[in-house]
Amino acid sequence: MGKVVPITGNYAVAYAAKMARVQVVAAYPITPQTSIVEKLAEFIESGELDAVMIRVESEHSALAATFGAALAGARAFTATSSHGLLYMHEWVHWTSRARVPVVMAIVTRTIGTPWNIWPDHSDFMDQRDTGWILGFGMDNQEVFDLTVQAFKISEDPRVYLPVMIGLEGFILGHTTMPVELPDQKELDDWLGPRRQGYVIDGREPLAIGNLAWPEDTEEMFMDIQKAMEEAKQVIKEVDESYGKLTGRKYGGLIQCVGCSNAKYIAIAMGAWAGDLIEAVQKLREEGYPVGVARIRFVRPFPIEDLWKIINGVKGVIVLDRAISFGAWGQIYTDLVAGLAQYTRNLPVISNIVAGIGGVNVTHTDFYKLVKNFVDIVEKGEQPPVFTWYHKR
Amino acid sequence: MLKEIIFYGRGGQGGVTAANILVSAVLREGLYGQGFPFFGAERRGAPVMAFSRISDKPILRHGMFYDCDVLVVLDPKLVSLGLTKRIEVRDRGVVVVNAPDNMVLEKKAFTLKGSAKFYRVNATRIALEKKLVIAGWPVVNTSMLGAFARATGLVSINSVAEAIKEYFHGPIGETNAEAAVEAYKQTREAEVC
Repeated sequence: MGKVVPITGNYAVAYAAKMARVQVVAAYPITPQTSIVEKLAEFIESGELDAVMIRVESEHSALAATFGAALAGARAFTATSSHGLLYMHEWVHWTSRARVPVVMAIVTRTIGTPWNIWPDHSDFMDQRDTGWILGFGMDNQEVFDLTVQAFKISEDPRVYLPVMIGLEGFILGHTTMPVELPDQKELDDWLGPRRQGYVIDGREPLAIGNLAWPEDTEEMFMDIQKAMEEAKQVIKEVDESYGKLTGRKYGGLIQCVGCSNAKYIAIAMGAWAGDLIEAVQKLREEGYPVGVARIRFVRPFPIEDLWKIINGVKGVIVLDRAISFGAWGQIYTDLVAGLAQYTRNLPVISNIVAGIGGVNVTHTDFYKLVKNFVDIVEKGEQPPVFTWYHKR
Repeated sequence: MLKEIIFYGRGGQGGVTAANILVSAVLREGLYGQGFPFFGAERRGAPVMAFSRISDKPILRHGMFYDCDVLVVLDPKLVSLGLTKRIEVRDRGVVVVNAPDNMVLEKKAFTLKGSAKFYRVNATRIALEKKLVIAGWPVVNTSMLGAFARATGLVSINSVAEAIKEYFHGPIGETNAEAAVEAYKQTREAEVC
């Protein structure tokens, strides 16, 4: 049986990295991430965590050093936000293409200019094409659980891809909530020792990153796509076995609340999905047949799971906290593209982009938005495909 | 049961710490809690809010709020300046003020949705008596947690004292816990005009 402690989302990440027994942490501070690596530095200083902290001069070097340590066989970890993540972008791609298991926490924060330290999903959603597995938590407990699970997923031989775990800055990162920490011995047994496809430690000559012919390069891309497909199963298995260990099973790539008999589905990712669930529970009491599908992983994209619950519903409302300028919110885009393989008769699907740059969107907003959407569709009218929900 | 609480004080007065200790205190009673700062940069000396939620069920909602069930005012000047009007206290709400003994509490300094009960305690005096002073500032946050326990009954003073001791460790924790217990004893329902 675990121990319940009141900790911030950032500390939940730090505890998870500690309990996964990371051996190397390389990091550069940035708001709102900094308290993760500060806590890890404290753990190392006090002797609670046997690891090396590499203080680097930039985020580009932070991931480069994390990658190098992982390549040499260490369980390695870093964390960043926003511009830090953008600055390390070259290494983000490099790490996944090298198929080196690494875990990185992204405490999300919008992207400047203007300068703004508040959360949305712009930095996180910008990573969709990098070949990393992308998971996102809803509360501090899930952030802890996901971070621990990320090591297991990343180090599975069917996957061998790096994993990012997202949590919003402030909303989770700086908010204290109860988190149950599992028993260390039980977690050790569950997680097992570090696994990776290859190690560069000087014992055997091996070169990576050398020139490859176009066809070879393309095959490596194809392998990553295959690993992403495999990861869907691995994520579900890890969720299952972790559920047996801790009693917390989330449902795999998505979490469904009230989906089974729903005529409408609302989709969201992150902390505000909690507010959405609260709003939908109220609407349910008022007779609105709405369910929530909460996105836990955007890569691999859980289209099979989403289709299962969307098949047969009248309407879907997708709430995005980021935008691909000139197109739509990214979850909406991926969803509609993915559904095209199953049906030519899509339900009514609306996309709302909101909460940009930290705009406070809560259960009262979601209550109005979802109710309004259902009312319009029930009247037989067509709601707009794309809307900003802008508050002042 | 879901109660939303705002700690209103000055940056550096320990409102966030109070919000976080409250989470730890309610966990001891089998409840769920959330505690968080105003989202943004730290601003020492400026009027700032910190937030808590207490519930008997896991808390789904997140983020800041500007109307509340319980308003805890750490700095009496925020009342005399009328800044407390910025926060709406919900019907049957509770207001707890760190007030000097000679301070007259006026309803017009608050925005009340309906009825509200007012409580007062001279937390600044308790802090000075306990020599709880940091950088010239009396430390009133732990006392106000004691006052909160007395005024709302949402958490026991024992849990508050235990949470304070765990948070600060050692003699500092003991002194802060004593301040909370003292404030608990001295908190009175206040007359407002």
